[in-house]
Amino acid sequence: MNLSLKRIKSQNQMTNIYIGSALLILSILDVFLNSFFRINISGSLPGNLSIFFPLILGFLGLSYLRTEYSGYKFLDSLNKNINTTNFNAFLTLFITFAILKAFPPALSWMVLDANISGDTKEACTGTGACWTYIKVWFKRFMYGMYPNELHWRINSAFLLVIGLGFVGYFFKENLKKYLALYYVVIYPIIAFLIIYYLISGGSFGLVWVETGAWGGLSLTFIVSFFCLIFCFPLGMILALGRRSNLPAIRYISVGYIEFWRGVPLITVLFMSSVMFPMFLPQDFFMDKLVRVIIAITLFEAAYCAEVIRGGLQALPRGQYDAAKSLGMGYWKMHIFVILPQALKLVIPGIANTFLALVKDTPLIFVVGLAEIAGMLALAKTNPKWLGFAMEGYIFAAIIFWIICYAMSKYSYNLEEKYKTER
Amino acid sequence: MNNKIKRILPQLLTILFVVLVFGFFTINAQVNMDNRGIDFGFGFLSQEASFDMQFTLLDYDGQDSYLWAYVVALLNTLLVSFLGIIFCTILGVIIGVARLSQNFLIKNSAAWYVEFFRNIPLLLQIFFWYYAALRALPLPENAQPWFGVTYMTIKGYYIPSMIWENLNVFMSCLIAAIVAIIFIRVYARKIQEKEGKQLPVLYISLALITILPLLSFLIGGVTLDFEMPVLKQLAQTSFIFEGGIALPPELIALVLALSLYTSTFVAECVRAGIQGISKGQKEAAASVGLTPNQILKLVIMPQALRIIIPPTTNQYLNLTKNSSLAAAIAYPDLVLVFAGTALMQTGKAIEIVGITMLTYLSISLAIAALMNWYNKRIEIKEK
Repeated sequence: MNLSLKRIKSQNQMTNIYIGSALLILSILDVFLNSFFRINISGSLPGNLSIFFPLILGFLGLSYLRTEYSGYKFLDSLNKNINTTNFNAFLTLFITFAILKAFPPALSWMVLDANISGDTKEACTGTGACWTYIKVWFKRFMYGMYPNELHWRINSAFLLVIGLGFVGYFFKENLKKYLALYYVVIYPIIAFLIIYYLISGGSFGLVWVETGAWGGLSLTFIVSFFCLIFCFPLGMILALGRRSNLPAIRYISVGYIEFWRGVPLITVLFMSSVMFPMFLPQDFFMDKLVRVIIAITLFEAAYCAEVIRGGLQALPRGQYDAAKSLGMGYWKMHIFVILPQALKLVIPGIANTFLALVKDTPLIFVVGLAEIAGMLALAKTNPKWLGFAMEGYIFAAIIFWIICYAMSKYSYNLEEKYKTER
Repeated sequence: MNNKIKRILPQLLTILFVVLVFGFFTINAQVNMDNRGIDFGFGFLSQEASFDMQFTLLDYDGQDSYLWAYVVALLNTLLVSFLGIIFCTILGVIIGVARLSQNFLIKNSAAWYVEFFRNIPLLLQIFFWYYAALRALPLPENAQPWFGVTYMTIKGYYIPSMIWENLNVFMSCLIAAIVAIIFIRVYARKIQEKEGKQLPVLYISLALITILPLLSFLIGGVTLDFEMPVLKQLAQTSFIFEGGIALPPELIALVLALSLYTSTFVAECVRAGIQGISKGQKEAAASVGLTPNQILKLVIMPQALRIIIPPTTNQYLNLTKNSSLAAAIAYPDLVLVFAGTALMQTGKAIEIVGITMLTYLSISLAIAALMNWYNKRIEIKEK
């Protein structure tokens, strides 16, 4: 019986719609009452039938409702969107019921039965989540072991760095040509100085805080921020090198890029923590955090180079030819003609690289830096707070999800914006 | 003359720079190793490893050499990657197709699935499954069977193991069936090109691949037994399952997280591939009289696969590299066993980290070479 495209006489159509909607509403009501109020109206049916009862009812209802044109706007859009064939109707019901079934337990665990008051584990008496744990540990998750009374230093350093990042928007027309210089050279130096003097301290009357105490989400930002601003210039050089027509330079660049892209980040981190100190001169001490930042920068520069190479390749040949015909040399051509256009093309790609970088930073946990995953591991094994791994990981996942989702949406917008301009 | 200098000078400077950097590091390494009394060499590979691994595919114990430990650990890495690739492909194809569905609910659920799993760091996902979700499973004594014979417990997933007799007969039957199918396909194509007749290749192949192995059971003396996992009491409150195959929770968490995370990227590749084919192709195929099945098989899929396969291979490569996160939850993979335990015991940092990186590098380069070859083969040859 082919229900999908049956023609119905107009006097039967109303009857079909009434029967169909009644059946559909009954099936949804059954699942709804079952999951929210634990009332089982189909419980009297034998055995497994009661589980499939709403599915069968809803399926019949949807197939009765399926008509080519009913004249009701809502019903027509319903048919067009979720009820085109038997298979579609089945999937629709399945997903609807799955959401209805899963929603109440999740809601009661996260909100209704959860605890947030109090300061100790004993405050958590409900069967739901223990958000007290997150509340007590919140500062640790954000700032690591950084002394509590000095948190303003991290906050103000971040605000300053972000503020300086937006300075470019307010450049006057005649200063615009220095924009690239500012972002590629001056800004990284200023940012480094701010973070060094403000977060690390040690001078200007600020107390020295060693990098071992840094941690939590702020460390994620510090590491990914520095890696991004350092890997960008390096990636640019490598991309140019890979497209160079001088064989030695090209092969060295290709070798570098393929090497770093071929190894997992975790081995690079191991290298930075156990192998790299062997390569340094004797008595030369380099902080672990600095080593890790260097390692991630070298690693990420290879990916960055591939993104920039994509931009260079996307430029039409005419741009190169035109620049050469004006008598420009290699560097002049690239600085004034090629790179400005290519870099504009790769901004979305760079945003994606940064997103990947932020998602990769929790890995520094494996070499003993107490980034947010490290703080979670610490909190989880604290004897006073055993048994709250679930809450901790869900909290971290939510934070990361918000950051990464916002960034991916932003990079998507950038992509759309630059697509139309060309 | 001037031009020649312009070409040679930058290259010389670059090479000089690279050589200087390498030389600087080598000299430092030499001095450092001399001071600490470590010598460079790979002799340690034949020494006794004297550490244990929780989960191995091949026989291994502490008396074996470091080289054998390396092989066993590499196999563990490959096992995780293999399982992850299979599951992420299945999930990814389903989700990718679902994202193109006309059904509003399915399309959006698939889109949210992708957004959800793609935007959470993989390490956190692994931790979530391992430390939070799998710890909520029942103890062995309370476990309810899944599908009647398998048990999901806090100590791992227990499945029946297969005990074969005359496995080689069965295998040779299987291989014979596959070879026969290949021959029949070649023959069918010839017939079609010569006479325009079509053989029912699919039915013949299905028949062959079921009948031949079945015959091996009936005539070849092949038997298959299942060893069920059985609950055993060790002490008053301590129970374990014995028999069958035990998949440790580390493996399960790792495969779950890797395949859920990578499936979102595979789904995007699949979606892009199917969207990349213009509607005109389908209409043109229909207008020359191909059936819907033929359109899918002869027109849509070959073109879609050309777009889908290269980025998907890249994702498989990423999954293999990401499987090194196993070290964070103590699954005995290459990084944990070799760059972790073996390094601690021998102190040969340079050699061991070097071997580990080279291993991953050669896997990557091998897959990249394979992909380039494939790309060349399926490339549209324009005149």
